Amino acid sequence: MINISAKNVDFYYGDFHALKNINLDIEKNSVTAFIGPSGCGKSTFLRLLNRMNDLIDGSKLMGDIVIDGENIYGRQTEVVELRKKVGMVFQKPNPFPKSIFENVAYGLRVNGIRDSKFIEQRVEESLKGAALWDEVKDKLKKSAFELSGGQQQRLCIARTMAVSQQIILMDEPASALDPISTSKVEDLIYELKRDYTIVIVTHNMQQAARVSDKTAFFYLGELVEYDNTDKIFTAPSKEATQNYVTGRFG
Amino acid sequence: MEKILMLSGFITSFTIILIVIFLFREGAELFNSSNVEEGYVLAINNNNPVNKINPEKIMDIFDAEITNWNEVGGVNADIRVFRFSDITKYSTPEELGSNFENIPEVLSNIVSAHPDIIAYFPEHYVAEDFKGKILANGKISPASFFGCTKWYPTAQPSPQFGVLPLFLGTLWVSIAAILIALPFGMAVAIYLAELAGSRLRKILKPIIELLAGIPSVVYGFFGLVVIVPLIQKVFGLPVGGTALAGAIILAIMALPTIITVAEDAIRTTPRAMKESSLALGATHWQTIRKVILPYSVSGIMAAVVLGIGRAIGETMAVLMVTGNAAVMPKSLVEPIRTIPATIAAELGEAPSGGAHYQALFMLGCILFLLTLIISISVEFIAKQKHKQTI
Amino acid sequence: MTDNNSKISRNKKMTQNIAFWSFRILSITVVGILFWILGFILVNGAKVISWDFLTQAPTDGMTGGGIFPAIVGTLCLMLGSVIIAFPIGVMSGIYISEYASNNCLVKVIRIMTNNLSSVPSIVFGLFGMALFVNTLGFGDSIIAGSFTLALLVLPIVIRTTEEAMKSIHDSFRVGSLALGATKLQTIWKVLLPMAFPNIITGLILSVGRVSGETAPILFTCAAYFLPKLPTSIFDQVMALPYHLYVIATSGTDIEAARPMAYGTALVLIGIVLIINLIANGLRRYFGNKVKTS
Repeated sequence: MINISAKNVDFYYGDFHALKNINLDIEKNSVTAFIGPSGCGKSTFLRLLNRMNDLIDGSKLMGDIVIDGENIYGRQTEVVELRKKVGMVFQKPNPFPKSIFENVAYGLRVNGIRDSKFIEQRVEESLKGAALWDEVKDKLKKSAFELSGGQQQRLCIARTMAVSQQIILMDEPASALDPISTSKVEDLIYELKRDYTIVIVTHNMQQAARVSDKTAFFYLGELVEYDNTDKIFTAPSKEATQNYVTGRFG
Repeated sequence: MEKILMLSGFITSFTIILIVIFLFREGAELFNSSNVEEGYVLAINNNNPVNKINPEKIMDIFDAEITNWNEVGGVNADIRVFRFSDITKYSTPEELGSNFENIPEVLSNIVSAHPDIIAYFPEHYVAEDFKGKILANGKISPASFFGCTKWYPTAQPSPQFGVLPLFLGTLWVSIAAILIALPFGMAVAIYLAELAGSRLRKILKPIIELLAGIPSVVYGFFGLVVIVPLIQKVFGLPVGGTALAGAIILAIMALPTIITVAEDAIRTTPRAMKESSLALGATHWQTIRKVILPYSVSGIMAAVVLGIGRAIGETMAVLMVTGNAAVMPKSLVEPIRTIPATIAAELGEAPSGGAHYQALFMLGCILFLLTLIISISVEFIAKQKHKQTI
Repeated sequence: MTDNNSKISRNKKMTQNIAFWSFRILSITVVGILFWILGFILVNGAKVISWDFLTQAPTDGMTGGGIFPAIVGTLCLMLGSVIIAFPIGVMSGIYISEYASNNCLVKVIRIMTNNLSSVPSIVFGLFGMALFVNTLGFGDSIIAGSFTLALLVLPIVIRTTEEAMKSIHDSFRVGSLALGATKLQTIWKVLLPMAFPNIITGLILSVGRVSGETAPILFTCAAYFLPKLPTSIFDQVMALPYHLYVIATSGTDIEAARPMAYGTALVLIGIVLIINLIANGLRRYFGNKVKTS
């Protein structure tokens, strides 16, 4: 079942043609990795999926992006509603200057939920889902800044899960973490697949190979190849892909 | 050459030290001055049981606020006030002598003849065999300077240097000014940092810089010819020069400081933090209120404190619009007087080296310390950044 | 659920609209107040401004004539304070950015500079009176006023110099030193010329500040009325801001002097505007030059 579908997407920052005619379908409850050298447009494309690029002055989009049958750049789409459905985890862990509990409850509160029983329950579920509950259950009122980098990143994932989103976009979620924290986050991604559609941008080829079902290779604003992860890493059909995954450039 | 560079490197520290030395040297002399006008004495009848009257009461006696000796610890009798100029009422020109050589003797007789008298006259007219009690002159005490609520620096025979009304007046207008300026300043700061496009920002920033560049005396003048009459009319007051007029002008003057510092603080919020709030379905406004403002709260606090600091030290504008009555502030629509305005208005008339002159320097010391505390606390607040939890 | 959702979403949007519109209105109000002040002074002052107003001395107890002596006095003070503050401030800035290696020392100097810049101007007036007028015996004079004003703007000059020096990339320092130049030569021949545009901009801004300050000159140099121009640096002078203050608040006939006051205020604002424009223009001019070179 197709969850996200991009058709003929072109994107400009001012005069810069950042994405060129991207066509891509992403299935429900799968993990898709975007790989490619810096500046290839993979993060830009990821950010288009929850309209994060709306904030950038002078940007321009052509083509359609459809999520659950709805054109997310259509006139009726409420960007706030879209973002409730499509969550995002960023490169650096960036908890809010609030307590651990309030960080997770934030998304619920801004969406108008006041029932404190429900909020408590959701926070606990989300923290458990992000495999963080056991580590923080005794210090929920403490500042989120007191957690380690890896814990902070899992907190940010829990924060996203709490809004009960269907899609989670991850922009190099483990690049700022140590190897142990990284493997915890990767395990978590694997777990999350059951309930969520996950799109992850990564620099780390092994990571892409480990966590994803499908991989898309971007180069100079174009989608060069998009296929099952096994195929991309073992028998890619394009030479550029071959060169990149074997480390000859990038 | 390198030595010269090093010396000039310390020029600001050197200046601060000099300011401290010169201000405090003059100011501290105040507590060595007599609490009765220099060169004058107060005398009472020998049979009067009173030995000492505190300076505030002395002023009240000469202002006819106190009229009975029992109010200052004496017997129940009306006080007879005698000023040196009254001498002609108590004596004939012949008695004084053709060259006024008999004045000391006459004064002595007058004081001994009236048990209810309190006499105030120049010290050099005290006769050698003076038949009366000279009241001991006390020194102006720090307690009376900081605790007294009356500022009558030219009162005779006992000037009153109570800093309290001035100090409170200064805080009163400054805080009122910040309360007025804060909503405007925050709105503009948020607007500039979050809402305005880059083109609009390029227009607005120089306008705000310009607002900061206008001399304070021009603000004062504007306040004097526009705000003061306006307040007088709106509130139906006898005079328009009030704390409110000062607060409004100070608010306008503090705006650029508040806007610039608060905007910088808001801008320090990491982009990713803002984006993750939006990614959770928060609106832009929710993101500002719940993430950006809490994150930049220490910078905003610094802006507020800096604004108060500016307001406290402002002289000319306040001098021109607040009505300058040295009374304890009670409401916003009454005249008040601030410390800087007092120095500016009175230093020209205070004889150099006198108690009044020293008192004004003491005010300068207080002002200096106040702003020093504020500037240090701003630094302290700015350091608190990123440590807070809400 | 969807109904409820869209209701919440509508509520959120409404709150946001209310908040943002109130910000817009408050911001417009601030800009409006500025234009009100400027416009008010401009409209009333323009009636008085004439060649004679700018070149004549006041007459008829300040109710007629012009403000020429005050303009000259203010120019004297601007020039005097710059001559004093510029070399000291620039040297101090150089020392802080290039020499003071010890962190603790730099911190002390910086705190002191910050403190000096937050000292109220009336305190500078008191201090100037105690030191320059009385202790050093300059009397009420241009030189006493200039020194007092110079101390007031010193932090501005120091800070802009320091920032200008800091913004120069380290490769220039290393490059010059590698060619065998001494540190002083490097500063003099390489860094200072590069930092110069920014330093000048800071200097111009501090001149603007000097032109409008009243409190520091009240007791150090300002005269109520002088029929002749100053002839030496030990003379008293009239100055624009002080002139505005006295004709607005005291004098024989305040109402009759009002037009003179509007004119003086307009001249003062004009000076500030021109100085701001020059500083901005220079910033842009040098900014482009650095980019293209």
